[in-house]
Amino acid sequence: MIPERIKALVLPIAILAIFEIWARVVHLQSDSLAPPSAIAAALVEAFQDGSMLTATRDTLISAFAGLSIGGVVGLALGIALGIFHIFDRLMEVTIEAIRPIPSIALLPIALIALGFGYRMEITIVAFACVWPILILTRAAVGGIEPRLMEVSRALRLSPADRVRKIIIPAALPRIFLAFRLAAGIALIVAVTVEIAINPIGLGAAIMTAQQALRPDLMLAYLFWIGLIGYLLNTGLMVAQRHLFGRAALVGDSA
Amino acid sequence: MNRAVLYWRAASFAVAAGFVGLWQLIADQRLVSPVFLPGPDRAWASLVRGFASGDLLDKLLGTLEHMAYGWFVASIAGIALGAMIGSSRTMRSYVAPSLEFLRPLPVSAVIPVAIAMFGLTQSMALFVIAFGAIWPMLLATIHGFAAVEPRLYEVARSLHMSRLAIIFKIALPSASPDILAGMRLSVTVALILSVVCEILAGLDGLGHWVLLSARAFRSADLFAGVILLGVIGYLTALAMSVVEKRLLKWRSSGH
Repeated sequence: MIPERIKALVLPIAILAIFEIWARVVHLQSDSLAPPSAIAAALVEAFQDGSMLTATRDTLISAFAGLSIGGVVGLALGIALGIFHIFDRLMEVTIEAIRPIPSIALLPIALIALGFGYRMEITIVAFACVWPILILTRAAVGGIEPRLMEVSRALRLSPADRVRKIIIPAALPRIFLAFRLAAGIALIVAVTVEIAINPIGLGAAIMTAQQALRPDLMLAYLFWIGLIGYLLNTGLMVAQRHLFGRAALVGDSA
Repeated sequence: MNRAVLYWRAASFAVAAGFVGLWQLIADQRLVSPVFLPGPDRAWASLVRGFASGDLLDKLLGTLEHMAYGWFVASIAGIALGAMIGSSRTMRSYVAPSLEFLRPLPVSAVIPVAIAMFGLTQSMALFVIAFGAIWPMLLATIHGFAAVEPRLYEVARSLHMSRLAIIFKIALPSASPDILAGMRLSVTVALILSVVCEILAGLDGLGHWVLLSARAFRSADLFAGVILLGVIGYLTALAMSVVEKRLLKWRSSGH
């Protein structure tokens, strides 16, 4: 029996090898494809001249700043809506009207209001991150064992203490899941904004490489962006399992 | 009981109307420059004007067309590939890990590659939208096929069903909740990617419309476009959940 781990590697390695050989045999000249060896060389080159690190830093700063702002707003609203059912019912139509607006549609508004740069990108990322966190936090708070809330009432905890000592700990595993999903969204939105319009970060770098007819560099950036996405997701998943153990699996169907 | 729900709904609409009123007030008082923030009255007027002249309708149809084609291609390809990979254990262990590696990739990052291959054309948009929208369906189908109750497969074997019959009579129905959930997710992805492609390639659609309006500082037109995009998002999500409920009715009943 071949171990699963090795089976997983067979396909990517086979594709890379076939592609490398094919590119060499036909002496590939293309604006959109490059042999894997050239991509690897371009990746090393971009790391050596520092452009890769600058671009990565810009993208990650925007993504995480947006995630933090959107996360705080989403968390606060989600907890408030989860605790006060009246508030939840009153806000329902407003939230359902704003939520389906695709985050990227706000790009032109953010562009004329804030101009190019970090602020515009962070605003859009924050908008995109509010919703998953709000919805999942609201569900998590709403799903807290009612007896815990009774205990908090019996102990006459102040509202602040109730949130801090009962609600957040009880809902934390699902809130963390929300943050994990939102982190993925933050990265996607950040890169998308950069590709569409904002001249900073990895998205802009990959567009520049395409316009400079450097397929090797373009695909190197593509690989790097994919790797960051994978590492972010895997890292957060490991953290989730580590921090919460079995509780982490609650409601995780994605 | 039902009446209470109705009252809450009405109250909730009143709150939303209150927010629109607040927006109008802010715009009228010019707390935010009208260059950036038109009042809801101006945005509405622009919507009406756009539809009356037919401009906005064209753009709306353009965006819907990009979305629909890409999503349709992705649905068929995603479910077919997913069925192929999911129905065989060998395929699953060789292919699924590579797909899991690709899943967190920000899909928009393939746009430059698509531009290099197809230029700034409709085919580029179709490729990008289909490529982006395929993941949720592909992975959901594979997952759904892998999660079929093993005893159903045993039944199929003892009935000597062919592989195609197993796929259509057992695996697909059993995986349908996963697949439909994937399709609903893909609609959103398709909408976002349509807008991005229109912005980048200047294709006829709402994405192009909002960008041009922003460049010309026609904020009322810009807001009209954004509102329409929100409406598309809302209606497509609503339609998908209605379809989902209807198609999955048999699961909750019976057994």
